[in-house]
Amino acid sequence: MIQQELRDAEAMFQSHRTPAVREDLMSIVSKDFLDRMDYLKLLAAADDDMEVLERMARRAHDITERYFGKVVLLYVPLYLSDFCTNGCVYCGYSTVNKPYKRKKLEHDEIRAEMATLKKKGFDSILLLTGGDRKQSSVQYIADAVRIASEFFSEIILEIYALTQNEYRTVLEAGASGLTIYQETYDRELYDVVHLSGEKKNYDYRLEAPERAIEAGLKHINIGALLGLGSAVRDMFLAGVHGDYLQRNYPEVELCFSYPRIRPAGSVSGPSDPVDDIRFVRFILATRLFLPRAGISISTRESASIRDHLVGLGMTRMSAGSRTTVGGYATDSVRQGQFDIDDGRSVNQIVDMLRTRGYRPEFTNWVKGIA
Amino acid sequence: MTYKIGGKDLKSRFFIGSGKLPSYAIIPEMVEKAGVEVITVAVRRINPEAKQENIMDYIPGHCVVMVNTSGARNAEEAVRIARIGRELTGSDWIKIEVETDAKYLLPDNEETLKATGILVAEGFRVFPYISPDLVMAKKLEKAGAAAVMPLAAPIGTNKGITCAALLRPIINEVGIPVIVDAGIGRPSHAAEAMELGADAVLANTAIATASDPVAMAVAMAKAVEAGRMAFEMGLLAEKEFADASSPLTGFLRRTE
Repeated sequence: MIQQELRDAEAMFQSHRTPAVREDLMSIVSKDFLDRMDYLKLLAAADDDMEVLERMARRAHDITERYFGKVVLLYVPLYLSDFCTNGCVYCGYSTVNKPYKRKKLEHDEIRAEMATLKKKGFDSILLLTGGDRKQSSVQYIADAVRIASEFFSEIILEIYALTQNEYRTVLEAGASGLTIYQETYDRELYDVVHLSGEKKNYDYRLEAPERAIEAGLKHINIGALLGLGSAVRDMFLAGVHGDYLQRNYPEVELCFSYPRIRPAGSVSGPSDPVDDIRFVRFILATRLFLPRAGISISTRESASIRDHLVGLGMTRMSAGSRTTVGGYATDSVRQGQFDIDDGRSVNQIVDMLRTRGYRPEFTNWVKGIA
Repeated sequence: MTYKIGGKDLKSRFFIGSGKLPSYAIIPEMVEKAGVEVITVAVRRINPEAKQENIMDYIPGHCVVMVNTSGARNAEEAVRIARIGRELTGSDWIKIEVETDAKYLLPDNEETLKATGILVAEGFRVFPYISPDLVMAKKLEKAGAAAVMPLAAPIGTNKGITCAALLRPIINEVGIPVIVDAGIGRPSHAAEAMELGADAVLANTAIATASDPVAMAVAMAKAVEAGRMAFEMGLLAEKEFADASSPLTGFLRRTE
């Protein structure tokens, strides 16, 4: 069970008191396969050792090219609805914010947004909703997926945790994958930052990827919101969670995202801020620990960081994103879920990848085969 | 000299994969300079409505497109992907790739055999990608496969011919062509596979991630040719001790 693995990992984390010495880290970096302790040591390494970081980067580059080639997949997020009943202190959609007028896209609006995105060249879409089971019901989401399957070959959902039967409903509508972040793997903190709503149930969310896999979804993206709790601990436990999923469900395409907390109109800033050096080390450590796992970096990161992560582990990136509900077919000046940093258009991202000797890829699955 | 495979007469014994290439635009030059005649294309990467570059626009007309079912998790998915692939490309050459292991991307031989049976019955030329297992290779031959494609090492590892002891029996015992696929990291690996007696070699990662993919494809093609040439003339066995060129016991055989 995942709970037991996380308890063991927690004990491992607590026992790792002093950062590993350079020789130890260097030998870990050159190993063929890293174990969980190796991964933890890389995460918890001292920030100022640029030599270790450079060695990690070279290795991550080799592994990424070997397993993924000179290819980065581009996807686009579409927010369907920002109605939410959860009180998450870090989120722009949360009920703890000053009330604002919420919106959800109607079917014709969804179709218009998707047609616009299709015209830009996208073939992989991430559909997002807030956590309001009434306003964005499973039926509403399944309808959106059905519309999406007219346009896109890969349809990934980032929505509230569902039951296994509900996951089956969206799968049958044409969904190919699920993105669900635990946010923090620290149970106590989880309880503190999720003031109210269905999301308050830690275990129900933790087990969601397995329910989705059992229902038949093939792509699973997990991660933690970096900066909420101890970043090293969250990185470590998220990595262990991924390792657990890969071992138990080898047929699943596993992917990680590690969003860093950005301002989102909410009161709370990061309690353990993750600067660029640490962020890059985390991404490299993930690549070394789980060579085959995808790593997705969203537009909440800067253009400069994203450009430099090409070839260092990143396998998917969003492009030309809006984090407001809709906003592609019609301009929108609404409250977003978070502020974006990399505001470049999809064509600019495509040019950047080509200049770096990479092939921008838009298609990752066969249309019509959910 | 031509050889027959999948109902076609081909000259080149070097097949290339396309999945990891830095750009599809280099395909025509690669095909021309390395004399490539077979290119694999993943159905999961073909987007008929693509606004951006579509791989099918870059494959020269004389090349055979070998469609692969990469991403399929079972026989049923492989079959559905194969049908869509034939529709999209017009090619009936199908490389069955069923991977139920996303970590090492090792093929599921059992599901692959199931899919082979179904697709052969539907008239496809079926090229199953398998872990090197002689018994499975013989079953695939019986099921009507056009060739078998055993791996030399896990995909993308560049480790070379790590299991010659398992490949050799397949090459010796099955009557259909054997294409060594996956694990080929260097021209010397490709030559080694051909020296073993493989009918062809497929590479992707080693080319795609080279600093000059076209030049690497040419180097690989030459190695494939060299290895084949050596195999056809019969390789000399390796010896553990020096061998004087004039026999030391020659005086005993004097016949005057």
